[in-house]
Amino acid sequence: MMPGPDHLIIAPILIPFFAGALMLVYDERQRSAKLVISLASVLATLLVAIELLVRAEGSELVGDNDIGFYLLGDWAAPWGIVLVIDRLSAMMLVLTGLLALPALVYAAAAWSRQGQHFYSMFQFLLMGLNGAFLTGDLFNLFVFFELLLAASYGLLLHGGGQLRVLGGMHYIAINLAGSLLFLIGVSLIYGATGTLSMAHLSNIVPTLPEAQRPLLQAGAAFMGLAFLIKAGIWPLSFWLPTAYMAGAAPVTAMFAIMTKVGVYAILRLVFLLFGASAGVSAGFGGEVLILGGMATVTFGFLGVLASQGLGRMAAHMVLVSSGTVLAAAGFVLLGGSVQILAAALFYLLSSTLAISALFLLIEPMSREEGGIAALLALTADAYGLDDREEDRQPEVGLAIPGTLTVLGLAFGACVLVLAGLPPLSGFLGKLGMLQGLLRDGAATPVLSWTFITLLILSGFATLLGLVRVGIQTFWASEGEPPQVLALEIAPVIALIGMILFLTFKADVTLRYMEKTASALLRPAIYAEGVLGAPRAADEAEDAAEAAAAAAAAKEAK
Amino acid sequence: MELVLSLVIGIFAGSGIWLLLRPRTFQVIIGLCLLSYAVNLFIFSMGRLTVGAPAIMPRGGFVNPAAYADPVPQALVLTAIVISFATTALFLVVLIAARGLTGNDHVDGRETEQ
Repeated sequence: MMPGPDHLIIAPILIPFFAGALMLVYDERQRSAKLVISLASVLATLLVAIELLVRAEGSELVGDNDIGFYLLGDWAAPWGIVLVIDRLSAMMLVLTGLLALPALVYAAAAWSRQGQHFYSMFQFLLMGLNGAFLTGDLFNLFVFFELLLAASYGLLLHGGGQLRVLGGMHYIAINLAGSLLFLIGVSLIYGATGTLSMAHLSNIVPTLPEAQRPLLQAGAAFMGLAFLIKAGIWPLSFWLPTAYMAGAAPVTAMFAIMTKVGVYAILRLVFLLFGASAGVSAGFGGEVLILGGMATVTFGFLGVLASQGLGRMAAHMVLVSSGTVLAAAGFVLLGGSVQILAAALFYLLSSTLAISALFLLIEPMSREEGGIAALLALTADAYGLDDREEDRQPEVGLAIPGTLTVLGLAFGACVLVLAGLPPLSGFLGKLGMLQGLLRDGAATPVLSWTFITLLILSGFATLLGLVRVGIQTFWASEGEPPQVLALEIAPVIALIGMILFLTFKADVTLRYMEKTASALLRPAIYAEGVLGAPRAADEAEDAAEAAAAAAAAKEAK
Repeated sequence: MELVLSLVIGIFAGSGIWLLLRPRTFQVIIGLCLLSYAVNLFIFSMGRLTVGAPAIMPRGGFVNPAAYADPVPQALVLTAIVISFATTALFLVVLIAARGLTGNDHVDGRETEQ
């Protein structure tokens, strides 16, 4: 049989693309058809992602090289564009799928009816996300970033209303400017090195002539700035709370991963380009990540404390989460241990799931009259709850009994994860980071201790802020309990279930993270794997030659 | 030619950033346009400046790469132009919607008290 290229790798991009395009053909009234197509597409993508994850994990038995690649158009790297799947990208693909499914189900309950083309834009967002996680080429990364941003602009405006349009306008303006920075960075790097392939760059950086180095580093800094805007680092994050607060619930639940795309790009590039093997450039940008990350955590938890509404609070938690991971990455870049990075990845996974669940909880929780609604009345205008939602037709569907209990339990689980309290996964992630920092804290004692303090403080502030809201909603409320559809609470429970799975299977997941982290710290494997990727045509030729040789040998016998 | 190009990029970028920081939405969008022109020219210049050199090499035989322009930045510019064109158009729609909803063209949706 002819060895063909591994087409499964490109499936996470193609499935949502075709599903999204197909749904554009359908009329806006055929919602159930669109829902079925979307669900099928998301499920298929998730299955492919899990299969890719299993492969990225399993192939380590074969050798040290556990990287899959897909040469587009069968052009050999570094001339062609290449898609790369390794542990980190596989993990992010699965995370995207896991977030997309609950968000989609939640949207089916009510939100998808509030505007046009929700399902298509949702699919295009998935396509952009998956593409950004898969690509091994800087310019392709830009294209996928633009794709997911374009879809996110549409989704953020979904539902309309003054607040969304204003928040969306700021979001679009910031991201357009960020994209321009990205372009400047890419072109500077191209000018300095003559390549855009990440793997090729990783090989070139250590031996780059001194004259080109400032250009390369300036380019990397520009590009990093663009990623950091997406990741919401302080002081480039003031747009984020307003935008996340304004968006519709299922949209913001999906946006929980949007900041993580920036974090992912930083993790990927910084260790490939400026890892320990990068010679003079090693560790470039580490201080910025540490200081910026810590400033973001500080800003985030102060914001949590100062917030009047749960929406704003959750948006600031997004900042805490991405700031923590960025700072941890900075420590590892400056010579920290693998354990910190592994714990940071674990934390990234669990906090993203928890924040997504929290965003889905906000709307059902604030639906009742008393409790949080009173608190929210102050910021009701700033909260995006315009009349459109209030005089929505009465819900048809199964309302669940004991609503407050279920909501309260789900909310409690989110609080535990986000504050980093035992027994849930947030605790494990934070504990791992603290342990790692304490162990090799000697290198940068001041920074390490500051970060440790901030980690604990941010957990405390999160607890304080969320418990305050929780008490007001669940204990101090007097009115009728809110009507919540089963379709709306099921996604939240599913997300909490994933967090529980992450916690109970912590040995498996943590080991996966550790291997992922150590693979990230050895960029040579990635680079050689990609550059050595065989073309399908060559492989076919080799196979034909081998077959001919075998036939000749047989005849000679 | 280098001087002219760098001056043009500098003027575009400078005016773009100035306009981007202004409070009117129309100024912001013009600023973004100017800035994207500057960036596109900048990408172009990163492929080194050549005059009258084609970017596509003929098939077969010996070709001297020095006689040809670098095709990659040209392809990048093309992509960048298309993308920024589309996103600017989208931004224009949002801008008009914001104007309609808030009744003024301030980026924050309300005039600052003087």
